[in-house]
Amino acid sequence: MKLLKLVPDDTNIKFLKWRIPFYVISMVLIAASWGLVLTKGLNYGVDFAGGLNITATFTESTEAPVGDLRDRVAGLGYGEPVVQRFGEDNQVSIRVPLPESAEGNPEAAQAIANEIVDELQTNFDDFRLDGNENVSGKVSDEFRQDAALALIAAMLAVALYIWIRFEWQFGVGGLFALFHDVSLTLGMFALFQMEFNLQSIAAILAIIGYSLNDTIVIYDRIRENLKKYRKMPLPELLDLSVNETLARTVMTSLTLFIALIPLLLFGPASLFSMVAAITLGLFVGTYSSVYMAAPILIWLGVDSHSFVPQESAADRQEKAARGEV
Amino acid sequence: MLDFPLWKKGWFWGLTLALSVLALPSLFSLSGARWPAALPDPEVNLGLDLAGGSHILLEADPAEIVTQRLRNMEESVRSTLRRAEPQIRVGDVSTADRRLSFMVESVADVDRARQLLEPLLNGEGLVREWDLSVVDETRIILTPTDAGLDAALNAAMDSSQDVIDRRINALGTREPTIIRQGDNRIVVQVPGLQDPEQVKELVGRTAKLEFKLVNENALPSDLAQGIVEPGQQIFPYAPDSGFAGQSLAVYRLGGIDGSTLVRAQASRNQENQDVVVIQFDQQGGNRFAKLTSENVGKQFAIILDGEVISAPVIQDQILGGVSEISGNFTPETAQQLAISLQSGALPVDLTVVEERTVGPDLGAESIRLGIIAMMVGSIAVVVLMIATYGRFGVYATIALIFNVLMILGIMAAMNTTLTLPGIAGFVLTIGAAVDANVLINERIREERKRGRRVIAAVENGYREASRAIFDANITNFIAGALLFMFGTGPVRGFAVVLVIGLFTSVFTAVSLTRLWVAGWLRRARPQDLHL
Repeated sequence: MKLLKLVPDDTNIKFLKWRIPFYVISMVLIAASWGLVLTKGLNYGVDFAGGLNITATFTESTEAPVGDLRDRVAGLGYGEPVVQRFGEDNQVSIRVPLPESAEGNPEAAQAIANEIVDELQTNFDDFRLDGNENVSGKVSDEFRQDAALALIAAMLAVALYIWIRFEWQFGVGGLFALFHDVSLTLGMFALFQMEFNLQSIAAILAIIGYSLNDTIVIYDRIRENLKKYRKMPLPELLDLSVNETLARTVMTSLTLFIALIPLLLFGPASLFSMVAAITLGLFVGTYSSVYMAAPILIWLGVDSHSFVPQESAADRQEKAARGEV
Repeated sequence: MLDFPLWKKGWFWGLTLALSVLALPSLFSLSGARWPAALPDPEVNLGLDLAGGSHILLEADPAEIVTQRLRNMEESVRSTLRRAEPQIRVGDVSTADRRLSFMVESVADVDRARQLLEPLLNGEGLVREWDLSVVDETRIILTPTDAGLDAALNAAMDSSQDVIDRRINALGTREPTIIRQGDNRIVVQVPGLQDPEQVKELVGRTAKLEFKLVNENALPSDLAQGIVEPGQQIFPYAPDSGFAGQSLAVYRLGGIDGSTLVRAQASRNQENQDVVVIQFDQQGGNRFAKLTSENVGKQFAIILDGEVISAPVIQDQILGGVSEISGNFTPETAQQLAISLQSGALPVDLTVVEERTVGPDLGAESIRLGIIAMMVGSIAVVVLMIATYGRFGVYATIALIFNVLMILGIMAAMNTTLTLPGIAGFVLTIGAAVDANVLINERIREERKRGRRVIAAVENGYREASRAIFDANITNFIAGALLFMFGTGPVRGFAVVLVIGLFTSVFTAVSLTRLWVAGWLRRARPQDLHL
């Protein structure tokens, strides 16, 4: 049986030749993402915005009457509801901000939820209530703060770890690549106005983990080659390292991708935005390992001396272990 | 590197099989089959998003604890000083600004008052719960300490948790979860088909019951404006009492409360009304008998959580400590009130700050779709792995199967919860676990290309790849641990799968495959690798 080889042997693609144009493009994308986040804003779900969220299925219909729903709920006078299709065509989520008077007053909030559900149940025969969430402003503020904190702490902690295991330049490079990935993911949430909730944070943290995984594999190879080829110019060495790990990069991205695709296509509706974010992050993360994390080492002045002291010590230990003093 | 002594083989296989077996009960129930009842059944809990049910987050206001403590302290101070020989007179008592302050009428009594109050200032374990200071010679100021307040809040939350536990269990639901969160919060999770309204009614109600004599002469016009005579207090009627919108003036003192209740039960009286029958303990019964005998013909108000539920006229002295509360109940509301009263009053008011309910249909559908998607994804990954790495791909596949089983097994043994994002975590783990095999196999290919012999190539492949695998898993662990710490409910379920998956995938994808590859190399002694 002939085995599949996705990447031919001994590739020699000059990835780093295009590093400056790609950096410029990435910078523009990062700036555009933040521009979108700041101007269009994130479509906060009930976790982060507070308020009421009702999910429902219209069991006999092929399509949920979104426009009609919006009018009916708005007609109750609690402000403009956000009615979104959710998964199947006949499923919707309805989000209503809580009026000031109902803040921190669960009975009032519940009364509003009941009123909305009653209204919809009387008007639509096949309305099935699937879920109902009610998050007070205080709790949603805390969720937002905790989420921001968790993201920042995760990025700094892993960057610190890379610094300890490699060199400071690698830590900065890894951090920068993560910043790129997180920015672009947020930008996607803002652009498509996908609901941004606790699950989205889980998705971003998963992306951070994955993207770094990729970066570390390349960095590990760079470190190995720095010890091996003392005289090689850095850009060439980086290209070599990326090419040597290319087969693995392609294979791993592909396995993750094909594992995620079924979940994206016919998984549960409430996982869609999370899985979509992770899938996009997969590509962004792979790209950033090659074009963000690696070239930055050139500008931060990594050279073949970076690992010399560690290398000799490690070598001596290894030799001693093998008994060849 | 490729030598495996028997003991090592033994414990690799032992661990793998033991953890995999733990997953069987969960697999059975997830696929809808029945696990034999005679066997032990550690099972993964299903989160509310999969099983359906309600999640309610309750919060107590610490300021209320301060108010309560000041009020109680005021009473203790008054009674202590009144009982002193000779009595110490105080005046100008105030509980404003989070402290209790009062004047001792005679300067000569100040030191004696201090001594008498000293025992009140320390809590259990000699924690200083109050600071005492004297200003302007005769004014004594008692300030609650932070340590004392923390202890009081802690005690109040613990006992609230017990009360809620009793109330939910009285509903007879299956496996509710009631846990404290942070300093002043309690999470209540009730899985399965439930009426969330009923649960909320039960846990949200303080259930503070009071019986107070009514001032029948108060003018309705005064009541409407909130005007009362000194020593009296206005309470509104409850909305469903039949007198909604009206209020009553009652005497502050001389009533009794529900703290001495020993039993409460929903029932029907002779007029076929739904009522709650309550029974006081000996002491409460005596006080109730005294109250009723001294006030025959007068009206007394039954006040629940600050609202009058009914105000009957005392017909006769009530002996034996058994009484009946009527108040326009339905059988359901009577039952709920009975449960609330029976389980005792909450020491603090609890507010619902977050509530999530998931219908059971949606959860079942999610599990089905999630599992199908996971199967399809796994099969695709397996096909790709075997097509690319042949025999080494088969090893990776078997490792993957054990990986999934071990994660489920550990989750079952640790009694953790599988949530919908947790299913996404499984899919992600499947995709990421084979990364270790990809790294190793690609490295072995490389080493062979450089002309190393089979054994050396495999050894080098595992050794060189392990470094990156280790570093990558540590960083993933950092992200996962932070997600676990910060996340709640479903998101935490994602972190659980991710973190457990990191440990099991390193074990299965690196250690187990190495064991198998080593065994094969020794048996077959191949001169070339088909890789």
